[in-house]
Amino acid sequence: MDLSYGEEYESFRSEVCAFLEAQWPPRGAAAQLPKKEAAARFRELATERGYLRRSIPRRWGGSEQPADALKARILQEEFGRAHAPIDVRGIGTMMLVPTLLEKGEEWQKERFVPATVRGEITWCQGYSEPGSGSDLASLRTRADLVGDEWVINGQKIWTTQAHEADYMFCLARTEPDAAKHAGISYLLIPMKQPGIEVRPLRQMTGGSDFNQVFLTDARTPKEWIVGRRGEGWQVSRATLKHERNSIGAAAQTNALFAGLVHLAKTTKRGAGTAIEDPTIRDRLVALEGYVRSHEYSSFVQLTRDSKREDPGILQLMTKLNSTNIGNEVAKLSLEILGDDGLLDPTVQDEILHLPNANRSWITHYMYSLGIAIAGGSANVQRNVIAERGLGLPRDAWAQRSSK
Amino acid sequence: MNFDLSDEQRLLQETLRGFLANECGPPHLRAVFEGEGHDPALWKGMVELGLAGLHLPERFGGAGLSQVDLAIAAESLGHGGAPGPFLGHALAGLAIELAGSEAQRERWLPRLATGEALATVALGEPGNVWQPEEWTLAAGERLTGTKTNVPHAAIADLLVVGLAGGRLGLVERGAQGMAVAPIEGVDRVRRIDAVVFQNTPCEGLPGGEAASGRVRDAGLVLLAADAWGAGTRLVEMAVDYAKTREQFGVTIGHFQALKHQLASMALDLEPARALVWYAAYAQDHLPEEAPRSAALAKAHLGDRAMQVARDVVEAHGGIGFTWECDVQIWFKRCMFDRAFLGAPAVHRERAARLAGW
Repeated sequence: MDLSYGEEYESFRSEVCAFLEAQWPPRGAAAQLPKKEAAARFRELATERGYLRRSIPRRWGGSEQPADALKARILQEEFGRAHAPIDVRGIGTMMLVPTLLEKGEEWQKERFVPATVRGEITWCQGYSEPGSGSDLASLRTRADLVGDEWVINGQKIWTTQAHEADYMFCLARTEPDAAKHAGISYLLIPMKQPGIEVRPLRQMTGGSDFNQVFLTDARTPKEWIVGRRGEGWQVSRATLKHERNSIGAAAQTNALFAGLVHLAKTTKRGAGTAIEDPTIRDRLVALEGYVRSHEYSSFVQLTRDSKREDPGILQLMTKLNSTNIGNEVAKLSLEILGDDGLLDPTVQDEILHLPNANRSWITHYMYSLGIAIAGGSANVQRNVIAERGLGLPRDAWAQRSSK
Repeated sequence: MNFDLSDEQRLLQETLRGFLANECGPPHLRAVFEGEGHDPALWKGMVELGLAGLHLPERFGGAGLSQVDLAIAAESLGHGGAPGPFLGHALAGLAIELAGSEAQRERWLPRLATGEALATVALGEPGNVWQPEEWTLAAGERLTGTKTNVPHAAIADLLVVGLAGGRLGLVERGAQGMAVAPIEGVDRVRRIDAVVFQNTPCEGLPGGEAASGRVRDAGLVLLAADAWGAGTRLVEMAVDYAKTREQFGVTIGHFQALKHQLASMALDLEPARALVWYAAYAQDHLPEEAPRSAALAKAHLGDRAMQVARDVVEAHGGIGFTWECDVQIWFKRCMFDRAFLGAPAVHRERAARLAGW
């Protein structure tokens, strides 16, 4: 084992640092550009150097670099340190682009990939429905081919960014007579049209990150389908493969825990601070055991990724591990906050004298639950670990309904 | 960056697991568990595989391997439920290597590496005393007092004894005034004894004060690694049971309540393996992080493996609660790993202090 990066990678790091030193923050004429344009210009330069859009072919606006988990991590570290723009993040770049690259037609790639990776167009994901959560394949939103267009009717829910997105990638039932999974197609739909109504959902935290999307005779061209009719389920599975980011998950968890330690050190408790309280100390270190396990396991996964080896059962655990830790951090933060736990995080009234940082902890106390549910609830994750990781039988109901 | 087992480490793991599967399968292990708690022939086999001197320098006949290799050996022994004196012997060798004079090293290390002499560590004292700063036996040419929870003292040729001021001393088998009394310990394959010294000759290790913390830290890592191996074996047993035991006409592994419990057990242990590896790696390469990472690993694995062991008994239903079921052998191993060198809460408080909290 060796936790250093070695000469080759350290020289790559120096090269990256020299580039960042010269290009970010922008200098000379570039410094006068509006923020958004400066970031766009920087991203093109960084892509020319092979630092951004690494998995995207050159002809679709990427830098087409061989997969290298260590370089990816170095770039993440150094761009983060320099506060430089990184790849445009969103459901479009994370999920749609890899799917199009793997399953899309050439014209679809040309039309959508470069614009998406440059952040010129944005997407939302039309998967979940009010009646179809964990059992996604039971979805009922219907698309009928009428002439040269698909006509779509139904309702989607938990749709992040729907109010801003230009397009939706959507699972819809196009073959009503086919078996459950075989009746679904993967469609691309313009959002700015009369047949689509977006209504925000308000969360228990007071914020609105999600929407409901009502589709009433919404339309999209016949050829805006990825894969063939009835192949939508397989196409959407291809997308899920690309979601893995163990390093990113561990970095977030580390930052969250560091914040919690800071909170304990700065919150008054009696004559001292909360971190002097034996119960808080014990719980903090107990939690740190999970945090470091998660962090160091990301090193193991990074090693296996860089050697193109199977990361094994660890990869199935990344999400549940992260969300478990998020929940435990939330609970311990409330313990540390004491009386501030009585306050409403949605109210920003100065009279409350509630420091901003503490309000954000109360928001996290609730938000951590949302993260644990989104993208496959904890119980679904346990099913995945048990079935794919431990080789236990598939859930009887799931088995029955997929026939 | 390379944070995974090397091919050599995989081979070490496979060799040890294979050896234990062949030489110490469940019936044999059960016999040792019900009997003396030590099997000289089995230990001899482990010595022949190089286990007695894995981490000792090559010039003394050891294999010169790292703390990570030693931890991987401990994982494998925990997984196999291996009886025997590995833990005490490994720590005693490390203590002499780190703290001994050249003459002491030359005298003992070659014999320890070949297994010709068996050594152990006498670190515990009555009253939950384990840590070097807590040791009370006055150092000197003659030793008087009691050490307790000494692994396999009854069969050891040499004891490395923890002394006041965090010092270390050597006491040889049959030394004058030394009496060994067996303690009926919960882990019946790693026996422990109380040792009473009465004006017993003792030879100081000159570097003891500087080395005793490192010996303790290495011990914490080995216990964490052993607990990981034992806990992982228990999860495998529960998963196997879930795949074969039938109720309501299907194997019980079909039931989601049990599947989720098994997934949670795996989730408790699988990522924690990297915590142990990191702590082992830190012992050799990250001296400033070494004490705290060892404390963290020991506390975490001590608790996680123990909780998994409890859950695994439950997952077996009534049979899991019986003396006949082998689950208890690993359950008790986890109890040993949890308590030896101090309970998890002790090391959590140490970790908090070491972070400056």
